[in-house]
Amino acid sequence: MAFLSNEKIRGLQKTANLIRQSIIEMLVEAKSGHTAGPLGMTDVFTLFYFHILKHDPKNPFWEGRDRLVLSNGHICPVLYATMAHSGYFPVEELKTLRKFGTRLQGHPHREYLPFIENSSGPLGEGLSQAIGMALADKIDKKDKDRFIYCFMSDGELDEGNSWEAIMLAGKNKLRNLIAVVDRNNIQIDGYTEHIMPLEPLADKWQAFNWHVIEVGGHDFKALNEAVEEAQEIFEKPTVIIAHTIPGKGVKEFERDYKWHGISPNKEQGEMALKELRNKLRQVS
Amino acid sequence: MLNPKLKLNPKLFNQDVEQIPIRKGFGQGLLLAGEMDKNVVALCADLTESTQMHFFREKFSERFIEVGVAEQNLVTVASGMAAMGKIPFCSSYAMFSPGRNWEQIRTTIAYNDRPVKIVGSHAGISVGADGGTHQALEDIALMRVIPNMDVISPCDAIEAKKATVALVKTGKPAYLRLAREKTPTITTEETPFEIGKAEIYWIPDVGLAQVGIIVTGSLTYRAILAAKELEASERTQKIKTKVMNLSSIIPIDVEAIIALAKECKAIVTIEEHQVKGGMGSAVAEVLAQNYPVPIEFIGVHNSFGQSGTPDELIKHYKMEVSDIILAVEKVLKRKI
Repeated sequence: MAFLSNEKIRGLQKTANLIRQSIIEMLVEAKSGHTAGPLGMTDVFTLFYFHILKHDPKNPFWEGRDRLVLSNGHICPVLYATMAHSGYFPVEELKTLRKFGTRLQGHPHREYLPFIENSSGPLGEGLSQAIGMALADKIDKKDKDRFIYCFMSDGELDEGNSWEAIMLAGKNKLRNLIAVVDRNNIQIDGYTEHIMPLEPLADKWQAFNWHVIEVGGHDFKALNEAVEEAQEIFEKPTVIIAHTIPGKGVKEFERDYKWHGISPNKEQGEMALKELRNKLRQVS
Repeated sequence: MLNPKLKLNPKLFNQDVEQIPIRKGFGQGLLLAGEMDKNVVALCADLTESTQMHFFREKFSERFIEVGVAEQNLVTVASGMAAMGKIPFCSSYAMFSPGRNWEQIRTTIAYNDRPVKIVGSHAGISVGADGGTHQALEDIALMRVIPNMDVISPCDAIEAKKATVALVKTGKPAYLRLAREKTPTITTEETPFEIGKAEIYWIPDVGLAQVGIIVTGSLTYRAILAAKELEASERTQKIKTKVMNLSSIIPIDVEAIIALAKECKAIVTIEEHQVKGGMGSAVAEVLAQNYPVPIEFIGVHNSFGQSGTPDELIKHYKMEVSDIILAVEKVLKRKI
């Protein structure tokens, strides 16, 4: 993996800011969709698409690419915005989110947008699919050539399917599998620890024979080091529990579970864009 | 008489007709499929021998994945393997897969368009002693309603073997329905099988048929016995029938079903499944839109199964040869 210089980090911060602006713009235009999760995961997506992933936006079906499975499909505004900014399709297309005939369905569908790895929306299913990919690579002896990443939410760890998957990956010692849990502590009905407590979360994964790394989800340097460590673990799969702030980047949206499943109106959107543009000037 | 063009088992009516469980044909077919194509992989949820995957496991252990008692994971992991070019067969009892994991199948396999083959064994009430919890009577309905999903229900072990091999090459999702018990072998290696094509297994000795019998799965043998008895018996006034094996429920052979209805103008459907939403309903959908004729439905009518021997249960739920004969007589009277 390439060295992450301070200069590169500044570049990533700028890109993440622009992606956040796109997320706000597309949600305002769509008049529905999720806000908190996409903004919270923007730094993780930016780091992966602009620094970590082995991929080629101009040749999206390149066989040798890493695979990134997004499990919690409802945060797709950040997936779409990051893909557009990295060159998969025009940024202008983001404004078609959730509209009739769009490639950018309300939850991702690969029949419409073929260069995503999986359709998603119903929770707790992404990690299993990533495991299937990792197992296939293991059978084909390609498990040293690339990594299978799965981005998932903390809320979807309520699903039994998630734990079936976690158990299987531990059993099969899938070193080529790296999961990233968006630990933002919110779900639709409230805070995760009120709805269905997940703690001690790291201990749970560890007990299922995973290597566990906890890291701040907005610190590019620390995140990058976590991924490097995960790639070096040879004996077992790794989960990176990324502690993120839901709604990150817009003060009014931050840490409030009410912003999980709603979109900003035009005025709220303008306020958010103003704040983000100010921050961009500071970074520059 | 047995349709001579199809090279069916000449010993079918012998007392000592060979009987093999349909699921065993799948096990043999999977082994063949594994030999044919290195991308075939198998996944099981702690029922490897029951679902006859052990033949494959023994020969291709590196391509066999045991997921434990976890049917949701079974099909979603299979979806991921298919994304990397594998052709996964994942098996369990039909009651658990697709019974438990329907949404996972819909989203990660059908909607996601991954060529995973879901194999549901122990379907129908002929599971017997295990009782109602283990007798899947809703699985055809569950699967045929999902877009982009083929549904195949073989009549015997040889057909199950051919269907398994054929599914390797379809490039799309499918559900393969299997029965547990030994079933008389109706077909031979030479009998044609093609996904999407229905075959007429029984035809009148001479002349046109008066009633068309459409059957799927393990009751095909009883349907043929009923047809034979109807044509031979004075009591039933030598009713002439044709028996169609509709093992391919989706894709459904619309042309063949319409042709049978045009000839007979009365249909009886037979399946070890709820009458609501099953194969009979699929036939009714075709005929209502194209060539409406009276239909009688043999199957389970709005109830769950229970413990018993397969024969006791078939009799109790009115799917016996005598029930088929009564249904044929009834539909004949309803003919316009």
